[in-house]
Amino acid sequence: MSEMKESKKALFPMTKKEKRLLFDPLNDNNPVTVQVLGICSALAVTSMLLPSIVMAIAVTFVIAFSNLAISLMRNYIPKQVRMIVQLVVIAFLVTIVELTLKAYSYPVYKQLSVFIGLIITNCIVMGRLEAFAMANPPWQSFLDGIGNGLGYGIILIIISFFRELFGRGTLLSGTPIEMKIIGAGSDFWIDTTTNSWFGWYTNNNLMVLPAAALFILGMIIWYQRSKNPKLVDIS
Amino acid sequence: MNSSKYIIGFTALLTAIVALVLSLMYTGLKEKHKQNELLFEKRAMLGAIQDKAGIDISTMKDKDIIDFFTKNIEQVVVDTKGNILSPEEVEKHGYKGGKAENIDLKTEMKRTFDQRMLPVYIYKSKDGNKIYILKLFGKGLWDEISGYLALSSDLNTVVGASFDHKGETPGMGAEMKDNPKFPVQFKGKKIYDKTGKLVSINVRKGGAVDPDHDVDAISGATLTSNGITDMLLHSLENYNNYLKKLKQK
Repeated sequence: MSEMKESKKALFPMTKKEKRLLFDPLNDNNPVTVQVLGICSALAVTSMLLPSIVMAIAVTFVIAFSNLAISLMRNYIPKQVRMIVQLVVIAFLVTIVELTLKAYSYPVYKQLSVFIGLIITNCIVMGRLEAFAMANPPWQSFLDGIGNGLGYGIILIIISFFRELFGRGTLLSGTPIEMKIIGAGSDFWIDTTTNSWFGWYTNNNLMVLPAAALFILGMIIWYQRSKNPKLVDIS
Repeated sequence: MNSSKYIIGFTALLTAIVALVLSLMYTGLKEKHKQNELLFEKRAMLGAIQDKAGIDISTMKDKDIIDFFTKNIEQVVVDTKGNILSPEEVEKHGYKGGKAENIDLKTEMKRTFDQRMLPVYIYKSKDGNKIYILKLFGKGLWDEISGYLALSSDLNTVVGASFDHKGETPGMGAEMKDNPKFPVQFKGKKIYDKTGKLVSINVRKGGAVDPDHDVDAISGATLTSNGITDMLLHSLENYNNYLKKLKQK
C-alpha cells in the first residue's frame, strides 16, 4: 500500500492543496451543480455527446490558460481595470479556440455555432479569475482552472449522455465510433420495428429540447446532495 | 492606486499583443477556413443528387467529395433573365474565381431582382441526362436557411433536395437537416403545373394534399416549414427565366 503511494508520488508529485484544487470542483465544489454557474451553455449544447465533449475541452482550455495568464500578471494588473483585462484575456483565448475549431473540426464548429463565442460570458471563467487567479500563484491557478473546467465538463457529458440516448437513440453520433442503441431500423442494437418487447418505444422528443437538460441537471443536483454529506447544510 | 499613465500603458500593451497574435492566427488559418466552407457546401450539394449519382455523402471522405465534384459537376452562373454570364462578368462583381461556387447567394438576394447572379450546377448522369442543381436561400424561424434542389432533365421534376440551417430549434426546425426523411419527400415533386406556371412546392402543415406540389411539414415547426415554402418559391422565381430558356432549346 505504502509502496503504491510512493510510486504515485514520484510519478506525479502534488501537495495536498494542489490535489484539492484539482479534484474539489469535480464533486464537493462543482461549478455547475453546487455553485450553479454556466447553466445557459449546459442547457444549450448538451443535446448530443460530441458537441458537449468539445465544449468541455474548450472551456477547460480557456479557464486553465486564462487563470494561468491572469495569475502571472496579477501583480501588474491595475486594480481599476482588472475586469477589462480579464475579459481581454478570456476573449483572446476563446477566439483562438474558435479559429482552431473552424479550421480543423468544421462540422462541430457548425454545430456549436454561437456557443463557442459565448464561452466569454460563461460565469465560471470570470468567477475563477476574480476569486482565485488574482490572489494565487500560477501553477495553483492553472490546476484550479483545469479542475473547474473538468467539473463543468463532467456535468455536460452526463447530461448529454442521457439526452442523446433517449432523444435520438444513439451515442457519440457524428464520430467514427457512432453507436446506434435503440430505434427503428436494422442499424440499431435494439430494433424497435422487429423486437416485440420494444415495439411501443419511440424517441422522447422532449430530450432533444433544452428543457430536458434542466430536469436532468435537477436530478443530478438532487442525487449529489443526498449522497454527499458535505453539501447537506448548504441551503 | 496606479497612475493613469501606467493603466493606459498596460492596457495598450496587452491589447497590442492580443491583436497581433490573433491577426496572425486569422491570416494563417484563413485559407483553411475557406476550404472548409466550400467543402461543406459541396457536400450539401452532392447530397441533393446522391441517389442519382449512386454515392453516399455520409461515408465519403473530404477528398472523395472534391474529386467527385471536380470530375462530374459543371458550374454555370446565370442572371434572372436567363442569360449565362461569363467568369469575367462575375469577377467584376467582386467574386474572385468567377465560378458558381464563389457566389454568395445571401448578398445576391439583397440586390434588386434584375441584378441578381445565380449559381447553377449541372451534373451529367451515367445515362447521359443532365441534372440541374439550383441553390436555395431564405429565412427560417430564427436565422438563415438554405438548400439545394436538383431537377431532372425535363426541368420540372425534382430528383433530390438537401437543406441546411443556421439556428433552427434542435428536434423541431432543425429536423429539416437532421431528419433524412424530410428531404426525401421532395423526390418526384414538380415545380411547374400543367399550364407551365411556376407553383413551386409547398411544405404543408397537416400533411400533403396535392401529390405533385405538396410535402408534409415538420411537426412542431410550422414557422420553419413556412420558411422553407417561401425559400423554395422565391429562389425558384429567380431561376424561372433560365429554366424557361433551357426548355425552349
